[in-house]
Amino acid sequence: MADRTDSERIDPAFRALPLAQLADAALGRARELGAEHADVRVERIVAQSVELRDAGVTDVVDSSTEGLAVRVLVAGTWGFASLVELTPERAAAAAERAVGVARVLAPLARERVDRAAEPVYAGVEWCSDYAVDPLTVPTGDKVALLADRSRCLLAAPGVDHVEAGLAVVRENKFYADVAGTSTLQQRVRTAPSLTATAVDRDGGGFETMSSLAPPAARGFEYLTGTGWDWDGELARLPEWLAEKAAAPSVEPGRYDLVIDPSNLWLTIHESVGHATEYDRAIGYEAAYAGTSFATPDLLGTLRYGSPLMHVTGDRTVPHGLATIGYDDDGVATGAWDLVRDGILVGYQLDRTFAPRLGLDRSNGCAFADSPHRVPLQRMANVSLQPDGAVDRSTDDLIAGVDDGIYVVGDRSWSIDMQRANFQFTGQRFFRIRGGRLAGQLRDVAYQALTTEFWGSLDGLGGPSTWRLFGAMNCGKAQPGQSAAVGHGCPSALFRQVNVLNTRAEGL
Amino acid sequence: MTPQEIVERALAGPVGAGRAVLVTQTSEAVLRWANSTMTTNGHTTAQDVAVVALEAVEGGTAVGVVSSGAPLRDTAAVDALVDAARRAARAAGPARDVAPLPEPTGDDPGWLDGAVETSIGVFGGLVEGLAEVLDRPQRHYGFASHDLSTVWLGTSTGVRRRWVQPTGSIELNVKTPDLDGSAWTGRSTADFTDVDVVALAADATSRLDWGRRRVSLPAGRYETLLPPSAVSDFLLMLAWSMGGRPAQEGRSAFAGPDGPRIGERLTDRLLTLASDPAAPGLEYAPFVAALHSGDGVSVFDNGAPAQRVEWLRDGSVAELAYSRPEAAEFGTAFAPPGDNLLLTGGSAASMADMVAGTRRGLLLTCLWYIREVDPETLLLTGLTRDGVYLVENGEVVAEVDHNFRFNHSPLDIVRQATEVGATERTLPREWKDWFTRVAMPPMRVPELNMSSVSPSR
Repeated sequence: MADRTDSERIDPAFRALPLAQLADAALGRARELGAEHADVRVERIVAQSVELRDAGVTDVVDSSTEGLAVRVLVAGTWGFASLVELTPERAAAAAERAVGVARVLAPLARERVDRAAEPVYAGVEWCSDYAVDPLTVPTGDKVALLADRSRCLLAAPGVDHVEAGLAVVRENKFYADVAGTSTLQQRVRTAPSLTATAVDRDGGGFETMSSLAPPAARGFEYLTGTGWDWDGELARLPEWLAEKAAAPSVEPGRYDLVIDPSNLWLTIHESVGHATEYDRAIGYEAAYAGTSFATPDLLGTLRYGSPLMHVTGDRTVPHGLATIGYDDDGVATGAWDLVRDGILVGYQLDRTFAPRLGLDRSNGCAFADSPHRVPLQRMANVSLQPDGAVDRSTDDLIAGVDDGIYVVGDRSWSIDMQRANFQFTGQRFFRIRGGRLAGQLRDVAYQALTTEFWGSLDGLGGPSTWRLFGAMNCGKAQPGQSAAVGHGCPSALFRQVNVLNTRAEGL
Repeated sequence: MTPQEIVERALAGPVGAGRAVLVTQTSEAVLRWANSTMTTNGHTTAQDVAVVALEAVEGGTAVGVVSSGAPLRDTAAVDALVDAARRAARAAGPARDVAPLPEPTGDDPGWLDGAVETSIGVFGGLVEGLAEVLDRPQRHYGFASHDLSTVWLGTSTGVRRRWVQPTGSIELNVKTPDLDGSAWTGRSTADFTDVDVVALAADATSRLDWGRRRVSLPAGRYETLLPPSAVSDFLLMLAWSMGGRPAQEGRSAFAGPDGPRIGERLTDRLLTLASDPAAPGLEYAPFVAALHSGDGVSVFDNGAPAQRVEWLRDGSVAELAYSRPEAAEFGTAFAPPGDNLLLTGGSAASMADMVAGTRRGLLLTCLWYIREVDPETLLLTGLTRDGVYLVENGEVVAEVDHNFRFNHSPLDIVRQATEVGATERTLPREWKDWFTRVAMPPMRVPELNMSSVSPSR
């Protein structure tokens, strides 16, 4: 997108803040106090959440977070402070407080922080790709749209309840550091949700079916047909729900699985995305998010999966939830390989950890979720690439399975702290017999070890099956931070995966 | 402007169908360490002002909630926030769940007081001990956090309440130098004066010694000793699933053929699971302060007195969570979710006593990555973490050299427990980011479903 367009779209109210004066005051004071590095972020995050139950409004919440953060390195030790008052005097005070934190903690530091170099980007601006800022759309229009869709579902036979929601975010970030980089950026996120419930009062059970529409770095146009076929999905949700409620319970055992992008993205997130975070792999999240089986000594040799497996990291794909122009270290973002031909070949990095891996440049994964949090290495868009040679459809993959299950949509997920043992459920599980779908199953979960699972990858859909999904709420770090992240993938075929019956598990 | 001035300004003049104003000032100090060195440390302060505006609209009462983390410098900024909330309400249209805002129940003597702030200095004693711990041969990882939040709540019905909520916790993860063995301990605290980091580190380090003998065990169902932290992670999921509306509507594990399963006996043990704003050392705000509405929670309850609610009483399902509008809709009593969770009614036995009484079983340290698999049965999955030990003939005889993935319902934990020990304050490993105030006993479960082996350590 052209810079001129980006600049024009950045919220004038944010641009009107005294950003340069705040940066000068904070960075100048940090320098005076002896910081060898200092950066300042000014952020404003505006969000709205709308929720309806059975077509009636239950909750409309508008919120905004604003503040200024100063991060310093003093004698190789980090110090950080944030506050909400956006005046040069308070910016300088934040710098003083950050230096104070670093000096208090310096005696406990056993390592000196060394950061990778990065070119200086002075006065650059970036804005994400969207048509309609979702924060500018009247609340009444959002309520009307969600109520209309709720009523449509409630009118269908077998639907007893409908929950509908919409969360939208506009994030403005200004970053400046003592090297001379200053960036001004804006991006938006839109997360719709829609779940229909069928209650079996006589039998005592209930079942749900949710829209598969993922959160996306798109504007309000996403709710009205750009990037998602709402009409098509709404028309079929009730029949899918009814079929699922009446479906037979799965016989546990090993099955060939054709996994739709609407489910596979989350498996990629958990088993590849987190496992290739370098800070985790060397222990910096050991007490909380965990570590990784994919340790740096295995870089270039670890067989992660079958030779079909090509996973990339990027912060550039259009509408990716982790996409941005410059990260919170002032690094220009890009794309790179994490797994190539089934072998671990890369990690996600920030400027603190790139040198630890022996690299002279970060790949741009620093992110803080608010002005009151420290930037960390956070997940890029981590995506499985499709088969570039043959554009197989999902039906083609299903046709190659004699006895299996087609998995659609995400639901429950869990993986261990080194990212090996995982268990996932989904929205819909279709039995595959003789290369054709043969109705839904209930109570399905698949459970595997990461390398065993990816080693069983035996077929990839082509570019026409590749879809971008993602999450708004990936958690990491202490204090906890939440990040939005996108994952693209094609449909894929995995052989002989262990399938559980979740009712039998509970007996 | 002071918080009180903000509240009074936002409530001045016509208030539509009602209004609540919440000002929250938060200060937080954190220390984090990994690989035996400090990593990300900081001190942050923030303020949030939220206006809950009720407006009479065609078809009923509308509600809009607008909150701002930006400083409000003058009355015009407060007025703008109020206007935004009123506009939001009118745009939203009539709300489903409506009730009159609560009337005041008395004066709050602390109303005019200011915020209470923490600083990095709260860790003064901790830093000294931590320096000693980090120099030891083991690899140390951990996090200490102290948060002081002061909230002022005013409503158009005359409620004026202030509350200072301290929330603190420390976790230590100690690993052998070769990273092959790992132990964890954690606790919650209000002010860190009761935290002895050297003693906590010694406790975790002593458990690393159990790893001198290692055994591998297959997946299967094992008699399992759950320490209080693991019990709390299971039972928080239970408590969070006890919404009244889903049970009334037939879409909950607590829904029965004739309505909610109130009175259903889960166990003959006289266990009581409760939230209590007055629990000593685990106090939370004695009034409701809600910025959003959902199952069991309503912005129309702002200012209502919080109260002790017994979710399980003497082994039976006793109450489900209802906001005031929901209580009116379903003809039942207001039962607000609380910010602590207490399970009582066990014996005086400690974890050590329970180990001594075990012929063969597993002793866990804590749980991780717990997620709901089946809402109908409340089946949960998750993993053991940082220490699974084999107990034989009353003693820990080895560390299991891997972890397990479990699939088990917290309802069945309560139903099946064959021994429940003494309740103690603990820290939920999985849920502590959101919930630290818990007191739980250790429990013995005869056949916990360890569904598969996790090779991770």
